[in-house]
Amino acid sequence: MPKDPKPAARAERPTGAWLEWLSLPLLLAIWQGLALVAASRFLPSPVLVAGQIVELSAQGHLLTDFARTLTRALLGFAAAMLLGTILGLALGRNSALDRLFGPWVLVGLNLPAIVVAILCYIGMGLTEVALILAVVINKTPLVITTIREGVRSFQPDYDELAEVFRLPFARRLRLIHLPQLMPFVMTAARTGLALVWKIVLVFEVLGSDGGVGFRIGIFFQYFDMTGILSYTTVFVALVMIVEHGVLRPVERRVVRWRSDPP
Amino acid sequence: MAIGPALNLRIVRQQFGPTAAPLFGLLTLNVAPGEVVAVIGPSGVGKTTLLRMIGGLETGYQGQILIDGLPPDKAPPPGFVFQETRLLPWLTVAANLRAVRPDMSLPQIDALLNRVGLAGTAGAYPRQLSGGMARRLGLARAICVNPRLLLLDEPFVSLDPAAVLDLRAVCLSVFDEHRPTVILVSHDPADAACLADRVIILGARPAVIMADVPLSPAAKQRTASDVDRLVRRILAAGPPVAPKVS
Repeated sequence: MPKDPKPAARAERPTGAWLEWLSLPLLLAIWQGLALVAASRFLPSPVLVAGQIVELSAQGHLLTDFARTLTRALLGFAAAMLLGTILGLALGRNSALDRLFGPWVLVGLNLPAIVVAILCYIGMGLTEVALILAVVINKTPLVITTIREGVRSFQPDYDELAEVFRLPFARRLRLIHLPQLMPFVMTAARTGLALVWKIVLVFEVLGSDGGVGFRIGIFFQYFDMTGILSYTTVFVALVMIVEHGVLRPVERRVVRWRSDPP
Repeated sequence: MAIGPALNLRIVRQQFGPTAAPLFGLLTLNVAPGEVVAVIGPSGVGKTTLLRMIGGLETGYQGQILIDGLPPDKAPPPGFVFQETRLLPWLTVAANLRAVRPDMSLPQIDALLNRVGLAGTAGAYPRQLSGGMARRLGLARAICVNPRLLLLDEPFVSLDPAAVLDLRAVCLSVFDEHRPTVILVSHDPADAACLADRVIILGARPAVIMADVPLSPAAKQRTASDVDRLVRRILAAGPPVAPKVS
């Protein structure tokens, strides 16, 4: 029979896990308190913002804008993850390719996002393709770097295991390489998603005909803090849903074989 | 039942890097089908490298290795037991076996695990196994790849004496059932005295066969006093090796 799991595996929940549930209500309470004290139109209360969210939803703007931003972000994210993973694998496995193209990745990492967006808009016009391409150009070097590190950390012992038992390429990839790479893919996805949300919004402010960034740009012109905070609140809620509803469950599944919980 | 393959080794030269001293000069070794040969010798003499050459993991040597007349890369893959088990930690026990033999059914897996004393562990992860259990799983994996040719690299190292005795018993029963050709690399003459039909003692650099010692009676018929006598004989036949208490 299996021996007893290590103590770390037996720990059900870390001490004080309930504090995490208290965190956001505490933030809302502080916000409400500050709004009451400030009594300014530049700091609307969360109750006022909630009302505005309901109103904007009823008008239909909010859902349409979020749908457009979400579509752009997801398309850019998926393309950058796919491209970055393939290139990261190639550069991690082939040192000649890494020497030749490594400096390009470094350049990509240090290109200001706004410069890329402006270049894409000038070159391709204020189009969806230009916006998504700018996102991909900004995000891909980060994915390449993370995946390349993952590939470099592969255990040669497992490669030998695959070699001596003559595992076919597809099974090596599925059983030996992907499990070693998945923590790095998760890291790239998490940091990448956070980056993509932000730069899509900036690019939408810079030049688009709809989306969260576009709408926030309009609110900005009217100093409409309630509108800005309404969109920001929904945006943050959406990111939290993705984090807790998608990323964390996927991560738990990927690393469930480890003794320490994620 | 198919008996294990014949092995014919004729290594002319093996060295790691052009300036390094060669690990092997001329070394010839023939192993009969179904024979259990223990290779012992001091650390760094080339025991593991020899095993890796037979397994096809080392290819940059001059000479020829034939497994039933075929070079290692053309012969069926061997049942290789690595010194550090190399279980895939993200796969369960059953999945570790299926990784190398995808066609194994659950009843076959259960039967094999039962065979090596790991009954009821199919769903466990390697981290949940003790050191001795992990080594049994390494042996089970080797058996399910190829029970006819087993290459065992220090399969009992770092185990407590009781676990060594248990695992030796498992090996004996596997050898008896499958009649494989076995190359057993070990530091410990007692491993050879318990399991092998023959002992090759390697020494010097480039490594040469210092002694080639046939052992009798047959391994499964040996008593404790037979084993003690054979250990003394092995120690007397070759250069000093560090026997372990086991």
